Amino acid sequence: MIVNTNAIPKLAAKGMRLDGREMLEFRGPIEIETGITDTAEGSSKVRIGDTVVIAGVKLSLEKPYPDTPDQGGIMINAELTPMSSSEYETGPPRMKAIEISRVLDRTIREAKAIDFKKLCVVKNELAWFVAIDIVSINDGGNLFDAASMAVLAALNNTTLRKYDPETKAVDYKSKTDEKLPLTKSPLAVTVYKVGGNFLVDPSSEEEHCYQARLTVGSDEKQVISALQKGGEQPITIDDVSKMVDIALEKAAMLRKAYDASK
Amino acid sequence: MAYTKRLDGRGFDELRPMVAKAGIIPNASGSGYFKVGKTEAYAAVYGPRELHPRFLQNPKKGIIRCHYNMMPFSGTGTRIRPGTKRRSQEISMVMELSLDPVVDLSEFPNSVVDVFVEFPQTDAGSRCAAISAACIALADAGIRMKDMVASVAMGQVDGAICADLTYNEEAFDAIVSDIPVAMIHGTKEITLLQMDGEISKEDLIKSLEAARGACDQVYDLQKQALNAKYSGAKANESTESKEEAK
Repeated sequence: MIVNTNAIPKLAAKGMRLDGREMLEFRGPIEIETGITDTAEGSSKVRIGDTVVIAGVKLSLEKPYPDTPDQGGIMINAELTPMSSSEYETGPPRMKAIEISRVLDRTIREAKAIDFKKLCVVKNELAWFVAIDIVSINDGGNLFDAASMAVLAALNNTTLRKYDPETKAVDYKSKTDEKLPLTKSPLAVTVYKVGGNFLVDPSSEEEHCYQARLTVGSDEKQVISALQKGGEQPITIDDVSKMVDIALEKAAMLRKAYDASK
Repeated sequence: MAYTKRLDGRGFDELRPMVAKAGIIPNASGSGYFKVGKTEAYAAVYGPRELHPRFLQNPKKGIIRCHYNMMPFSGTGTRIRPGTKRRSQEISMVMELSLDPVVDLSEFPNSVVDVFVEFPQTDAGSRCAAISAACIALADAGIRMKDMVASVAMGQVDGAICADLTYNEEAFDAIVSDIPVAMIHGTKEITLLQMDGEISKEDLIKSLEAARGACDQVYDLQKQALNAKYSGAKANESTESKEEAK
């Protein structure tokens, strides 16, 4: 990709962007589809502009961890496929994929968005474990926020499966009406500092020339459940204050799109 | 012959509802989408581009390299752990062989055309859907091609020759054979042929004869998908809508 590393910060300093958007304007359309695959227990496909990601949930019954014998658990994994951009290669997840999955894991887990105790079937013996896989289809920038919406929508779309108490085997073909105990809707929004100004929903080009970024995971009551500062330049407390304000406002906007898709 | 009616009520030569699209992944040089029943393939082509490691380079022509991958939640049953497996490596290899005969990369020595295929969901016939989607993607990428390749999973269930088997049919409690076939449209030459199960030679040849018609149906959709993108014509790119109308 050819990135105009001179023009983007210069324009941003004047509050302008290469594609003509406002600094705090998301690309359209923002679309959320759910139940897109029949083999997953819950799934979603999210589009923000050119960026498309799919998330799918698989459930399994496993022995709870010794320190939380009455709880199930979650695992989030991101696959940044070489199909979605020439920047990604086949093989084990690289830093960007690891960071996305870890920050989104905290966004959901620390918000206590899933009632893990309700996932327990038999204390000390059996609990539901939720594996969420994010797969990028086309990375046009801002995979972070798209993946966050996809995770939430896929979790909300998830229904439990029947299981045989004797064999402890899951019957993946027998759907139940019982939904995952999802109590909140936390979303992550990433705010970028470019040319001294702030912008959201970066294009792939903009993602290559920022000073700093801050990902903020927050729920509908504006409680923050995860933060991640990225980028090479430091930021001030004043920057954090402004970036969190922007992230909370944009999370509310994205949550409306999510609520409308339910 | 005990299998007189198919499990999902289809005719023996009838494929599941299909959808084909071209140009769905803007980042790629070309892309294709092919869905048949609940088997859904996204294919993206990148290249021709420089090939690393260099010892793989062919100084006479560019090479085609396929990467078949199921998303972790795309199988019936438990999650599929990400990463390379013997199965996906073998399928990637037979995909390369099935597409190579129609692709002309003689003007791109030392280069590679990468084809990535991903599945959000599968219900049998995934390597065939992969090939059908990949061929749309190659054409969309503007790669010079002699013809199109279309692919269908033929099979024989308890004596009956069927097109486009489902997972339930493959698991049918009788003698079953699963024969993925890919054909070059114009010449009807076979570029993919695998089989597992049990079948007589007579039934094998009958299945391959039946594959001609089945592959033609896939080819029609591939063509419509490409036409829809490049001529701007509102082609009927789906058999799903026809199904709904019934």
